[in-house]
Amino acid sequence: MTEAAVREPAVIAVDGLRMAYGEREVLRDVSFEVRWGEVLVLLGPNGAGKSSTVEILEGLRMRSAGHVTVLGLDPAHADERWRARVGVVLQSWRDHAKWRVRELLAYQGSLYAPFATERMPRPWDVDALLAAVGLTEQSEQRVRALSGGQRRRLDVAIGLVGRPELVFFDEPTAGLDPEARRDFHELVRRVTREFGATVLMTTHDLAEAEQLADRIVILADGRIVADGTTDELARRIVGDDEVRWSFEGRPFARHVPDATAFVRRLLLRHEQGVSDLEVRRASLEDAYLGIVRAAESPDAGVRAGAEADAHDPAEVGR
Amino acid sequence: MSLTSIGARGGIAHAGVSQGVIELRQAFTGAELIGQLLWPLVTLVALFLVRDVPIGGGGATLDTYILPGALGMFVALGMLLVVQQLAADREDGSLLRARITPNGIPAYLVGKSVQISATILAYLAIVLGPALLFVDGLALGRPGSWLTFAWVLLLGLIATQGIGAVLGSLVSSSRGAGYVSLPVLALIAISGVFAPISALPAWVAGAAQVFPVYWLGLGMRSALLPESAAALEVGGTWRPVETAVVLGAWAVAGLVAAPVVLRRMTRKESGSRVAARRERALQRVG
Repeated sequence: MTEAAVREPAVIAVDGLRMAYGEREVLRDVSFEVRWGEVLVLLGPNGAGKSSTVEILEGLRMRSAGHVTVLGLDPAHADERWRARVGVVLQSWRDHAKWRVRELLAYQGSLYAPFATERMPRPWDVDALLAAVGLTEQSEQRVRALSGGQRRRLDVAIGLVGRPELVFFDEPTAGLDPEARRDFHELVRRVTREFGATVLMTTHDLAEAEQLADRIVILADGRIVADGTTDELARRIVGDDEVRWSFEGRPFARHVPDATAFVRRLLLRHEQGVSDLEVRRASLEDAYLGIVRAAESPDAGVRAGAEADAHDPAEVGR
Repeated sequence: MSLTSIGARGGIAHAGVSQGVIELRQAFTGAELIGQLLWPLVTLVALFLVRDVPIGGGGATLDTYILPGALGMFVALGMLLVVQQLAADREDGSLLRARITPNGIPAYLVGKSVQISATILAYLAIVLGPALLFVDGLALGRPGSWLTFAWVLLLGLIATQGIGAVLGSLVSSSRGAGYVSLPVLALIAISGVFAPISALPAWVAGAAQVFPVYWLGLGMRSALLPESAAALEVGGTWRPVETAVVLGAWAVAGLVAAPVVLRRMTRKESGSRVAARRERALQRVG
């Protein structure tokens, strides 16, 4: 992988991270690791503390307490050599609007040239990168003339041009329409593979996390509430299945741990009158929503969402 | 190690100059060019209109007196260019982009300084070139003329851009930059660009002499006007030593203060800050 991979056990190690703005605690005891070469998605609702976490890791924000190591250094005291190994792609950039696309990418790349080593030539070839993000045709256009999706692709190219070993994507698809978002996922997957970097991405969109992540860390209300691969999370935290049916014309729904046994009992009890039977396997989405809800109202259990009253038709009807 | 840092420094200078050249080209092409030419052309028209207005007896005319002061004023306007561009670059995230790029901030500052200095030189050329055709009574043949012009210009560029960087770091938005423009324009008005400072109330004239704008005008007059024109100045001399001391002091103050204040400002830049500012800007519009 890289020369540093041997020395450093993890690209990012966060231990007991805390952040408070005055009285308001945004991060309370956050700990996780990012390993070499993986795509880690930090997933959580808006206001969970994702951006604060990422900005601390990028070295843009001071933390209140805790240990943070990124590429072997504390980002709060990191130097330009460290900066050259890190790429950043933010939600939506509007900078350098008057510059031409290729001109800006080449200028940004030139700042990385002094940090090239024999094993890590920097920057990447600008034209190859433009081709990879599909902006060859736009290379002589002004940046402000790009469409929203093109602008994001340029931002990805700028984030990668210095050949970073680690790239941060902070909510990179916020505001994109579904198609542009799908294209963007494809681009991130392809480009990070092709240009080889460890990735930390934040999103509030579970589908996006499932699309891209090797591993997901769920952050809610300033705490890590789950950490694992998509499959692990599904197994570990996914709750009950949902069974829906009609009985004598009235709709019902119930969340149960064992749908098969429940359906058997249901049909045994009512030989007739049950129709529209439907079993929905618990999904990661249900689990995520449950976790988020639980974190936002600490008194309710993680499975609060699974305990909806099934006997009130008003609640049951779709 | 030392080789690397020398390489990095060369990289900063190189990147800064190329940024300056690119932005200069942007500033002087298309629609931007009209805005750039406006003030120099207005100045030329004003000079032309007053070319027969006598001043101080002895056959001198007002255009001869105003031309060097106007050149000094354009150097001082560099201050506002720095304030405006810093505010705009902070709002649109260009400064944050510089912050997350290795040596991005020093390269950015070199680039800004190159571009703004070159812009001012262009203003001076646009005004001075045509003005030489119709403004009489200048004394450009003396050996010291262009030497004086050069050192006043150099100190003036450093002093005004340093002050501009400090002011630009203190305001938080384009709107704030607009507010800063007002006192600077007021300062130009009382700094003897258009009429001898001795015509102003003593306390106003005294206040003007604390700031670099007056000394820029005086220095330019001492470079371009004949010795006899000094009679119109305070004390009847060009006061070259005082000019160098005041401009030099402001230059040093700017060079010392600007990096500290700029560092404090850029340290605060982050994605969420840029986003929050945009949010506020949108609310103002909506």
